[in-house]
Amino acid sequence: MSDTAAQPREDDAEEPEDAADADESAAADTGDPAETDGSAARPVSTGAESVVAALEAAGAETAFGVQGGAIMPVYDALYDSSIRHVTMAHEQGAAHAADAYGVVAGEPGLCLATSGPGATNLVTGIADADMDSDAMLALTGQVPTEFVGNDAFQETDTVGITRPITKHNYFAHGADTIGDTVGEAFELSRAGRPGPTLVDLPKDVTQAETDETPGPAAPPAGTDPDPNADADAVEEAARAIEAAERPVCLFGGGVIKADASDAARTFARTYGIPVTTTMPGIGSFPEDDELCLSWAGMHGTGYANMAITHTDCLIAVGTRFDDRLTGGIDTFAPEAEVVHIDIDPAEISKNVYADYPLIGDAERVLDQLTAAVREAPDAEAWRERCAEWKETYPLTYATPDDEPLKPQFVVEAFDEATDDDTIVTTGVGQHQMWASQFWTYTEPRTWVSSHGLGTMGYGVPAAVGARVAADTMGEQDREVVCFDGDGSFLMTMQELSVAVREDLDITIAVLNNEYIGMVRQWQDAFYEGRHMASDYTWMPEFDKLAEAFGALGLRVDDYDEVAPAVEEALDYDGPAVIDFHVDPEENVLPMVPSGGANGKFATAEDQL
Amino acid sequence: MSGDSPDSRPATDGGSASDAGSGADARPAAADQPAPEERDHPAGRRNLEGIRIDPVVEAEHQSRRAVISALVEDEPGVLARVSGLVSRRQFNIESLTVGPTTVEGHSRITMVVEETDPGIDQIEKQMAKLKPVISVGEVSGDAVTSELVLLKVEADDPAAVHAVSEMYDGRTVDAGPETITVELTGDNASIDNAIGAFERFGIVEIARTGPTALARGNTPTAPGEKPGTAGEPTTHDD
Repeated sequence: MSDTAAQPREDDAEEPEDAADADESAAADTGDPAETDGSAARPVSTGAESVVAALEAAGAETAFGVQGGAIMPVYDALYDSSIRHVTMAHEQGAAHAADAYGVVAGEPGLCLATSGPGATNLVTGIADADMDSDAMLALTGQVPTEFVGNDAFQETDTVGITRPITKHNYFAHGADTIGDTVGEAFELSRAGRPGPTLVDLPKDVTQAETDETPGPAAPPAGTDPDPNADADAVEEAARAIEAAERPVCLFGGGVIKADASDAARTFARTYGIPVTTTMPGIGSFPEDDELCLSWAGMHGTGYANMAITHTDCLIAVGTRFDDRLTGGIDTFAPEAEVVHIDIDPAEISKNVYADYPLIGDAERVLDQLTAAVREAPDAEAWRERCAEWKETYPLTYATPDDEPLKPQFVVEAFDEATDDDTIVTTGVGQHQMWASQFWTYTEPRTWVSSHGLGTMGYGVPAAVGARVAADTMGEQDREVVCFDGDGSFLMTMQELSVAVREDLDITIAVLNNEYIGMVRQWQDAFYEGRHMASDYTWMPEFDKLAEAFGALGLRVDDYDEVAPAVEEALDYDGPAVIDFHVDPEENVLPMVPSGGANGKFATAEDQL
Repeated sequence: MSGDSPDSRPATDGGSASDAGSGADARPAAADQPAPEERDHPAGRRNLEGIRIDPVVEAEHQSRRAVISALVEDEPGVLARVSGLVSRRQFNIESLTVGPTTVEGHSRITMVVEETDPGIDQIEKQMAKLKPVISVGEVSGDAVTSELVLLKVEADDPAAVHAVSEMYDGRTVDAGPETITVELTGDNASIDNAIGAFERFGIVEIARTGPTALARGNTPTAPGEKPGTAGEPTTHDD
């Protein structure tokens, strides 16, 4: 399938002719390419074959995982499957790769691990997907049913451990139903608000004989909500928007997940409303657009934070108002009426009270809103004010001759050397903030990062998953660039071996400041400069390490080496690592101190 | 992407450090930007629930006691899902009871919580997201609520214990030379009163179920619930 499935599946997703029931046609109405075309799974003879047949029928093309005792029957069934399996070095890498694959492909990612340590190693990646609402299915082996609860070898209570970090998880009870359970879990992961699901597969069940072919996969009843918002509520919100004098859009990750970027652009441009995004919402609106104020929050742009602070009408779409976005809730958009569009009713008024709650699919509701607003708000003066803030508070950094290479310069160099469709992945920390601040994102699904959980080490496995996704979609020409920190890189760099084995064309830029830099920055600002356990001068030489893996390894210390190294790494057909030794004292600014007012962001260290 | 940015960028094609420096200098240096205290800031504020505070009528939400009823699928782990949700989101919960309903495979969970109105709203919405939860809602104030308590008291004065028990419609379920155990049912307040009355005998042990509740008349207890019609019909005899 990896050869023939070169096109995104939207192309071949059709309205189901004979949906089994009304719920399924409702699912198709969401715009989700729900796989309800009734293509029956192939005949099976064991539980494991039923699992794989169900995945194939649901449209899964790629799996990331690590072998192990209890999952062996499923792997054996994959031997004859059209699903491409990418063996990862560590289960955490499998989960992150599957997560990133899903972000780039717009499909649920799929990861596999064995019982016990295999499953617990997935946990970080599942929690990451949960916090970022990424569709992903994790399949874990489990000890045979009769041993469950006996503390058997490699037994953990996987369902218990992952219960709070999944949308729902399942324990497979019998070979006859196991395929249907897996199909349901796959579809549930992308139904409504996406998120990870898990099916725990006891070895006796996957080994057991069955000839029950899994039926068409569908999410459980009631989990695929109405995509349209209440029409009266839309009208009320439209009146509020028309009356606004200082309106601002806030596009979150939900805009990207709902494939609502076009609808979002149309809405904002039609009514001339300035746009901010959240970090997960990066790419939903082009950052080079005149209306765009880039992303708001702790390290967001000063102008986005000024606009959020002074707006009288905040049109928030697909965001859960995370504390890194809002800062102190008392000073968050304190004079704004809030229009909140979200598919998850529980997000309405959870952190910030919604004056106009609109529950539904982001794309549908934005279309509804665009149609309902009769005239653009009178916001000329406001747009000018936003433009002034853009002039007054640009993202900036200095490059004095007597200081080492600045990391921001590296990010800008990569941005200039690559096309707009380049996929950027990151770890977590200072490098992540610079990668989001100093790169101009214009397209959805090009920014792949760990936001809610803040998982150091996300970058390299995410680059593997993103590359595989782009290749699967037939987009071999797109570049995949991973910005990583020295601390982040050291956590999951073993996945570089996978990139070498699979000959994946990725470029990893390690912004190496020999610190766990964000911690060092906070120690300087809030802990009197006491650098406890943040000093990473013991880092290995990453360029040599890259070569040991079989990748291209380069080292850069000076400005004039940057452009040639970037060019060489991007041109290299395979994984490349550049170890950029950057200024260890550089800080991420602007910064809203934790719990502080967004409008009072610091632009210099001494303001913290 | 080159040329997209309005800012003049440092030269990256082999530019030297000093080139880069002059390029970056075209942007106002961070130190020249207005400091936090020099910027306007609106006077408005939000409260802890994220609600804009009306300067005239400042509405502070008070916690209140609410009975929440959920109809759930009776599958393994459903209680763990509900209790895990309550604990990890730090909802204040007083009691939780669970038991079968008229419909095979469905159970009813009754929870008493102490929360603000937005908190109660969140509990309902978060519970509704759990897959085995079929429907959930707050039981209206006039619902029938009742709980059961088993009270073990010292048996020094059996006649007096019996008298108090009668006063509260209690039933003696065990009587020995040392202790007497009484069973009482009633709403939360009357149980509290009864326990108060028994205290003078010396309470040895207490087991309380916490309240369970049903809406009155034809009102469904959990929203959308159709009493007795989802499975086998039930007989309604008052």
